[in-house]
Amino acid sequence: MAELTYRVAIARGIAQEMERDPSVVFIGEDVAAAGGVFKTTEGLQARFGPDRVRDTPISEQAITGAIMGAAMNGLRPIGELMFSDFLGVCWDIVANQIAKTRYMTGGQVALPLVIRTANGGGTRFGGQHSQSLENWAMAVPGLKVVAPSTPRDVVGLIAAAVRDPDPVIVFEHKKLFATKQDVPDGEIVDTLGVAAVRTNGSDVTIAALAAMVPVALEAATRLAGSGISCEVIDLRSLVPLDTRTLLESVARTGRLVTVEENPRLCGWGAEIASIVAEEILWDLDGPVIRVTTPHCPLPAAAELEDLAIPSPERVVEAVLRSQ
Amino acid sequence: MTGSPVDPIRLGLYRDMVRARYFEQRVYDLFMEGIVKGTTHLGLGQEAVAAGYAAAMRSDDMTFCTYRGHNHTLLRGAPMGALIGEMAGRSIGICGGKGGSMHLTDVTKGAMGSYAIVGAHLPIAAGAAWAAQLRGTGQVSVCFFGDGTTNIGAFHEAVNLAAVWRLPVVFVCENNIYMEYTPISAVTPVQHPAADRAAAYGLEPLIVDGNDADAVYAMAVDTIERARRGDGPSLVEAKTYRHKGHSRADPGKYRPQEEVDAWLAYDPIPIYRARLTGEGVDPTALDSIEAAAATEVEDATQQVRNSPPPDPATLTTDMWVDGGSAWRN
Repeated sequence: MAELTYRVAIARGIAQEMERDPSVVFIGEDVAAAGGVFKTTEGLQARFGPDRVRDTPISEQAITGAIMGAAMNGLRPIGELMFSDFLGVCWDIVANQIAKTRYMTGGQVALPLVIRTANGGGTRFGGQHSQSLENWAMAVPGLKVVAPSTPRDVVGLIAAAVRDPDPVIVFEHKKLFATKQDVPDGEIVDTLGVAAVRTNGSDVTIAALAAMVPVALEAATRLAGSGISCEVIDLRSLVPLDTRTLLESVARTGRLVTVEENPRLCGWGAEIASIVAEEILWDLDGPVIRVTTPHCPLPAAAELEDLAIPSPERVVEAVLRSQ
Repeated sequence: MTGSPVDPIRLGLYRDMVRARYFEQRVYDLFMEGIVKGTTHLGLGQEAVAAGYAAAMRSDDMTFCTYRGHNHTLLRGAPMGALIGEMAGRSIGICGGKGGSMHLTDVTKGAMGSYAIVGAHLPIAAGAAWAAQLRGTGQVSVCFFGDGTTNIGAFHEAVNLAAVWRLPVVFVCENNIYMEYTPISAVTPVQHPAADRAAAYGLEPLIVDGNDADAVYAMAVDTIERARRGDGPSLVEAKTYRHKGHSRADPGKYRPQEEVDAWLAYDPIPIYRARLTGEGVDPTALDSIEAAAATEVEDATQQVRNSPPPDPATLTTDMWVDGGSAWRN
């Protein structure tokens, strides 16, 4: 057991898989010699060599295209997009090529690749370096989507993503890089599509993802003082989605609040709300409430950004409104 | 002087061009009949590029092509009936009817896909070459694209990466003078849209007569062997012409008649036939090749006509490697 930051856990997860499987390779901008602009990949090139850990030009289409081609020809590549916002410059490769090629070829091609990317706000970077884009990826058939909230899960979900035979996008949250946790020694491997119940409760289910998990947990702590018992579910994976855990919880508590960092329209909470409405409407005792960022770009100024991103106060207010 | 021995490779080039020509003509006819659906981007007139490169590739080399990729996929060895069946949306289709004309793929033959968004497959071809380099397989990626592709970002990202990493990939621009409906010269500041960009990536400018099967084959051997030796990528510009419009929706009326006539007179197949017979090849041997190709097309057509549409159960299969498309438990 060692205390690890989320940042260091990223390198540990990648190293665990590169050590295990020589076909795992890793490329991206500034990831090798420099160890990553967020220092999330320090030491990997020194350990695994310049053939397996390579710096690329600022060419997101080349990065994503190259890992796709490499996956078609016997490797299990990991490509890093420095910021998830940069998905915008390679969305063709991600959404049209990587996501669809297996299906369109009638299953002739397998693409065991991973795209890792720094996602989310709270860092005052402004509208092009702060977005939470997990719902973009979730909307495209053919992509698996995970977003860890803890250092331990970073290791386990990166491992699961690398071992998965299909394309997986791992959204790592910038705001969580400095968070710490005791992480067990030895190999950690999770299963995609398994949510974690972070705290058990009986009055309301709060579904959250990545940096919204600690926000939800803080709200749950405050609400406990008011006698309201919250069950916080960390989704961890949007595709596949662990609806079983969610539906079981909501059927028991009778109430659901989603806490999403993505903007309001078509955020993942809307999909979950629709599943709940279709399948267990009569188990609900109150309205499903979504807490999201407003439907506007994220601002840079601290006061405005903090207003935009869901806070414990807003989650508490939503839970009280659901009662 | 009939009956002279001839290089089997050159007879093979003639055979492949004729097969590709008859095949594409049949695709056109079947579209008019309502059997082939959607759209098609025919390679009629550009057969020498596909034939010359296919003949120079090793069986485990990898072809990446565009929506104008019927010829390339066929000439790597994909079965004709399965290709036309794919365009017709039948169960016999090479992709089970899920890809269509613009996505013909036969991985078992090294035809690694037809890509329908301009430029996308250049970085993918580079990535497959990178895997070949790292794994030491000796494979080469050959990536075909049109002149219009030289103006999209993915082209430049891919050629740059391939040059920096010295990847075993050959980029082959089929310059047919038009990017869709617009002359490439109207939207490109250099005369040779691919070759004139080569210097920007430290590559040699390579231009070949894309209607001369011998010249293409020689260029293919050079560039593929260079890649296989570890000497890095090449960027080749093959000058050619499409006999039809850009796609089924396009009659190609924007092209001056004199230009069309001049290129039709420089059709790669008759000029190659004349060259071979002029060198003493027995014309009846070439007649036999043509007859065999016609028979192959008839057989393929019959297979397609006899094939049912895809099983409805396949709608949601083969998105994931487990065979399904489940997104929840």
